[in-house]
Order: sequence, then C-alpha cells, then structure tokens
Amino acid sequence: MAEEGKFKVTIDGIPVEVAPGTTILNAARLIGGDIVPPAMCYYSKLEGSGGKCRTCLVKVSKGSEKDPRPMPKLVASCRTTVMDGMEVSNITSDEVLEARKGVVEMLLINHPLDCPVCDQAGECKLQDLSYEHGTEQTRFAFERRTFERVDIGDKIQLHMNRCILCYRCVYVADQLTTKREHGVLSRGDYSEIATFIEAALDNDFIGNVIDVCPVGALTDKTFRFKNRVWFTKPVDAHRDCPTCSGNVTLWYKGDDVLRVTGRKDEYNEVDEFICNTCRFDTKRTQDWILEAPTKVDNESVITANHYLNFNPPPVIKNSSELQAANEEQLARTERLK
Amino acid sequence: MTRKLLLTHIDVPGIESFDIYRQKGGYRSVEKALKTMSPEDVVEEVKKSGLRGRGGAGFPTGMKWGFLAKPEGVPRYLVCNGDESEPGTFKDRFLMTKIPHALIEGMIVSSYALGAEVSYIYVRGEMMPQIRILEKAIAEAKAAGFLGKNILNSGYDLEIYIQPGGGAYICGEETALLESLEGKRGNPRIKPPFPAVSGLYGCPTVVNNVESIAATVPIINDGGEEYAKIGIDRSTGTKLISASGNINRPGVYEIELGVSVEEFIYSEEYCGGIAGGKRLKALVAGGSSVPVLPANLALKTAKGELRLMTYESLADGGFVTGSSMGSGGFIVYDEDQCIVRNTLNFTRFYHHESCGQCSPCREGTGWMEKLLQRIEYGGANMADINLLWDIQKNIDGNTICPLGDASAWPVASAIRHFRDEFEWHILNPEESQNRNFGLAHYADPLVPVS
Repeated sequence: MAEEGKFKVTIDGIPVEVAPGTTILNAARLIGGDIVPPAMCYYSKLEGSGGKCRTCLVKVSKGSEKDPRPMPKLVASCRTTVMDGMEVSNITSDEVLEARKGVVEMLLINHPLDCPVCDQAGECKLQDLSYEHGTEQTRFAFERRTFERVDIGDKIQLHMNRCILCYRCVYVADQLTTKREHGVLSRGDYSEIATFIEAALDNDFIGNVIDVCPVGALTDKTFRFKNRVWFTKPVDAHRDCPTCSGNVTLWYKGDDVLRVTGRKDEYNEVDEFICNTCRFDTKRTQDWILEAPTKVDNESVITANHYLNFNPPPVIKNSSELQAANEEQLARTERLK
Repeated sequence: MTRKLLLTHIDVPGIESFDIYRQKGGYRSVEKALKTMSPEDVVEEVKKSGLRGRGGAGFPTGMKWGFLAKPEGVPRYLVCNGDESEPGTFKDRFLMTKIPHALIEGMIVSSYALGAEVSYIYVRGEMMPQIRILEKAIAEAKAAGFLGKNILNSGYDLEIYIQPGGGAYICGEETALLESLEGKRGNPRIKPPFPAVSGLYGCPTVVNNVESIAATVPIINDGGEEYAKIGIDRSTGTKLISASGNINRPGVYEIELGVSVEEFIYSEEYCGGIAGGKRLKALVAGGSSVPVLPANLALKTAKGELRLMTYESLADGGFVTGSSMGSGGFIVYDEDQCIVRNTLNFTRFYHHESCGQCSPCREGTGWMEKLLQRIEYGGANMADINLLWDIQKNIDGNTICPLGDASAWPVASAIRHFRDEFEWHILNPEESQNRNFGLAHYADPLVPVS
C-alpha cells in the first residue's frame, strides 16, 4: 500500500510513489534512466503540451489496483495520469518498442536529414531519438515535402522542412506572450508553422521558441552557421535583467560568447524562460556573472570534444570567487593535462 | 414491410413544415416528456431502449448520458453532430433535409433529459441548404412555444443554435467538433478528460449523432421497452442505411436491425440487387472507415451463419473476417470494380482530411496514398504490399483520435482479403490500366433471394 495520499505505480518493474495527477512520463522521470520514455512534443513547462508526437507511447498492463484490466491501446505516457497500483511497460514491452520504431520512421520520412548543415545537430532530440529507435535505412521512396525558409522576425529563422509539428512554439507564444502571431496553417502533412501573411514575431519572450524547438526548425539567426555546438563550451551565467530571471547558459568559443540560451535540464527543457535582450543582445562576457560550466550529459556529443579540457575564460582566471565555484572542473582539467 | 420509426411520414408533402409535422403527431414526445416525465425518467427510457450511437462507434446512448457529470452551477450542453462527411454515408443529410423537425423534437427531449439549456447543432459547412432548413424549423418551433423560455409552462428553457462547420471531416470527431465549435482549429483533444466531464467550454457535454437524437422521439412516444423489441439482441430499433454503389436502388433506407445483408442487397424493398445483373464482389458495410469484406464474407460469417445487419453480426469475426456497422454507409461493389483503386480513393480522402496533429496519421496517410498510387498506376514492386501493411499497422491504435484507425482499416482489410488483386496490379502494370481484375477467386456467385 502506498503512502497516504500517494499512488504507487510500477514502470518496467521499478516501483515509485507519486502524487495523484502525475503523468506516467513524470513518474518515469522520477525513477530516471533508460525507462524514461522519449518525449518530442511534451514540455513540462508548457500547459497542454504533449500527446502529439506519439514517441512516448507505453503499455499499461494493469490499469489500477481497483480495476486491474489493461488498457486496450498503447497510451501517450505524457498525457496519461497514473492510478494507484498501475503497472506500465516501456522498454520491457516489444509492442511499445515496435510502435515507437514506427513513429520514429514516420517522423523521419519527410525530415530532410540535413544534419550536416543543421545548427541543431549535436543537441537535437530527433537525432537522439533516431539513433536510439530508428532504423538504418528509410523505406520512403518518394520526394520529401519541402518548404521555403522563412525569417519570422529579424532574429529567428523558420526552417519548416525540419519541423515535426510538436506545437511547442505555439504554446510558448500562447503562454508567454500577450499575442500569438504564429500558428499552424493547413492540415495533415501540409500543415506548417506560419505567421499571418508574413507577419514578424516581435515580442520580448518570443526567442524562447528557439529553445523549446526539439529540432532545427527554429534557429537563432545571431548564431546561425557560426559554429557547431560541440565546438562551443556552455557556461552557466546570470545577470541582473529587468525583464527575466537572467539565468542563462553562455556558449563560448574561445573568449567569444556565440550564443545565449536558457538553462536546459537533462530532458532538454529550460529551467526558466529568458528574454530576447539576454538571448540576442547581451553577448559580451563582461555583461554576465559567470557561475560554472554547464553540466552536460557524458553521452552528449558536446562533452565528447574539447569540453573536458575546460579552458576557463579570463574572467574566471581573474576572480577567486569564480575559481572557487569552478574548483572541481579546474581540477579535472588539471588532471587531464 | 419493415416498421418505420424515423421515416414514417417521409412521403407526406410538406412534412418539413411545422404544421404538417405537428398534424402527423409531431412534438408529442416533447409534451409527454416535459409534462409527465422527469429528466431521469427520459434517460431511463433511453437506457431501456438499448439505443446505440448511430454515428459509427455504436456506444449505448443511454449509458453515455448516464456518464454526464452534473456539478452544481455549471451549465451542461448537448451538441448534435451533424458533420456527416464519411464517404458513403448520407443518412443525416437526408433526415435534416426531409424531416428537420424530427431532429429538433429529439433535441428538445434529449436536452431536457440532460438538463441542457443551450444546445448546438453542428452541421457540416457544405450543407448550407440543410442549415437553412434547420434554422427555419427552429424558428417555427420557437413560434409554437416548443423552444425558448418556459416551454409548455414546464419551467424548462431551451435555446438551440446551429453552427456551420468549415468543411473538415475531422470535425466530426467529437472533441475536434467541440474545438471547432469554440472557434478554434479543429484538432481532436487528447482524452481523458472525456466530454462528459469537460467538453464544450470546459463544461460537461454530450455529443450525439443526428440519427441518435432523432431516435429518442419514438423511444419517448412508445417507451423504451417497445423500441427494444425491434431488432436482435443488443442491436435494437431501426437504423438508417445509406446504400450506394452498384445497386439498382441506391438511397436511404430505414431497416429494422436484424435484416440479413443478403436480403438488404437483393430484395426489391431495399437495394434491389446488383445493377446490370452483375455479381457481388465486395461490400463496405458501414462507411469508408470500416473494413471492406469480399462477397463470401459479406453475406455469411466465417462460421457459415447468415450475416445480419446488426452491430454484432457485422463485427463477427473481428477485423479478420468481420467488419463493423459503422455509420451505415453501405457501399456495394460489383465484379467490375477495382479494389486497389477504391482503397486508393479512400486513402486519398484520409490523407486529405488528417488534421496533422499526431505523427503517425499525419505522415502515414500521405505515405500510404503515395504507395497506393504507385500500385495503381505502375512502378510498384511486391515489397510495397508488405510496406503498406506495416504502415497501416504503425498507424492503427497509435493515434490521438480514430481517424488514424479509420485510415488503416480499409487498407488492412483490402490487403487481407484482396492481396491477389494487389499482386496482379504490380505484376501487370499495363494490363491493369486497361481492365480490372474482376471477381476475386473466392467471391461467391450467389443467386438473388426471391
């Protein structure tokens, strides 16, 4: 029996106790590790997101303690709330893995696979997903759907070919800004993210659409083609910003800040949304108070390159406080030398 | 002669006007319900009748009504789904055109049962004449005191509004319909929550098909038990069937559930046999979304029993050897029809109508159409059939709403039952341009029933 007021749910044989109303995906995230279903469209900070990409499908083999019947179909774990005594199979179910493979194939048939020239490569969730669940060859032998690249606003470029229609950017505009200027036009596989007659996205927080985009469909024009992400070094920093929290990640190449993004967690979700001024217009080291190198997953391509040899920017060298904050990282760098 | 409940007075001139409809006993059910019955009594009668949703899923209407949440101080809504756009189905349009007051009468009774004081009829945008007809009917009913404030001095208020859709098939899915009705893009919602808890504007809502709502009229007039006497087993009452295809007498027929498929196709009372004396090749029993059946399985189940027009009998054998009642879009194919072409046609429809919200349906329907086009027009290879099978399997059950399933089932059943025809198309690309495959080798040459 679960703790008072908590539901006990078992995911791939691992039990966890969560508050009622928690989704299966969030319960899995509490457990962590391989059993967390991938999520391309769900974003915990955006209300109403999820349910669309179908990559997080799981099998509910036991509905609840009260009603142990299994659910007839696979369910989207990001939008299905747990019941007490629920049993869920994710990676232990062949049916789930098979369905997920099918979904990944669908997501890729019209994707341009232009990773070599895509700015998102290296931090793209679709790349990760395809490596993990995709097949080596495509069975799609037709011309792919293409769109023209569009500048939506002077700082953001929309590359609709790459879009997987997760709707996250639509929710961002709905929930962070006062007026949404873009949305989904047309339907079916003709659907596209678009603005009303080439209107520009102009809002203090609209830059967050870049952070929430799981693929390279919305890119930062101030960073476009400047560098590959695995050559840049992310450093957490903050500043006193009148508009947002000012907590960001700076992406360094040498001594230059090439881009500024929100701080992302292991599921690629930002902790706090940041404003356009921080993102696009504040790119000098002296504008920021550096904290520490961003923790990057060991498996990420970003750590696979130079990042282990952390070369502290001059600011860190000159400040004893920052040196103390980066002690661990500096020590590691010393060791590696 | 079959008993008719919905189309009894369909041939009376002027039945679309309030006066004639009233003379023929119209609006009796409203009087009966509002004056002598409590809303719970009405729900109880509908439960007793065993009426099942006529829109396609066949979910018991009374049970659906019973699920409606009734929190204090929150309005409840009844929404009538008149977004009839399933290929092969045209019964609701017929009903709304010919006898609109049957729907309005049913709306009043049903709204009363559910405690809805505002109800909506969402009609497909292409059906402008029907919208005009319904608007006129509402105005007439209002003038006669059957709508508005304090109907028949019962203290019950009701307003009915018509909302034209924008012409999207997906808006016939109940949650997409509600989104559309709220003025948003018609994307289906992710369930749960179900509309019975959180529907239109976040309030408890029941969405019912036109025919289901109209069927509440005879149920209240004659009683649920009387209605349940018609039909077989759990398929009670009468059902409108829109018959089309290669038959002598296409049209909308009201049948007592339980008529055999064979009788429905061949008897003079209904379809009048296959046109031109040809032989039956295949049957789509319930609109484009349900599995297509070859002649032998259309007329008899796999167990060798006579296939009947009931929810259970049509579904006998599951999707392997059975089909589904669906919305009653009865499409008959004779020996000269091409199943590949027909499957392509259906798939093109689903590709065009997919909302694009979830990935398997958005990408899969288009992919299936491209493959089928290649099979139909040449350039395909044998592996394409298996690929097509895999794609439909990846769509089926993995989407937000049933449109994905509906796009997968016709493809799955066509491959399952007519694989040799697909293979013939691929092996004989040129010949298949000039002639059709003909009768499947297992299709039964049947003599018409007398």
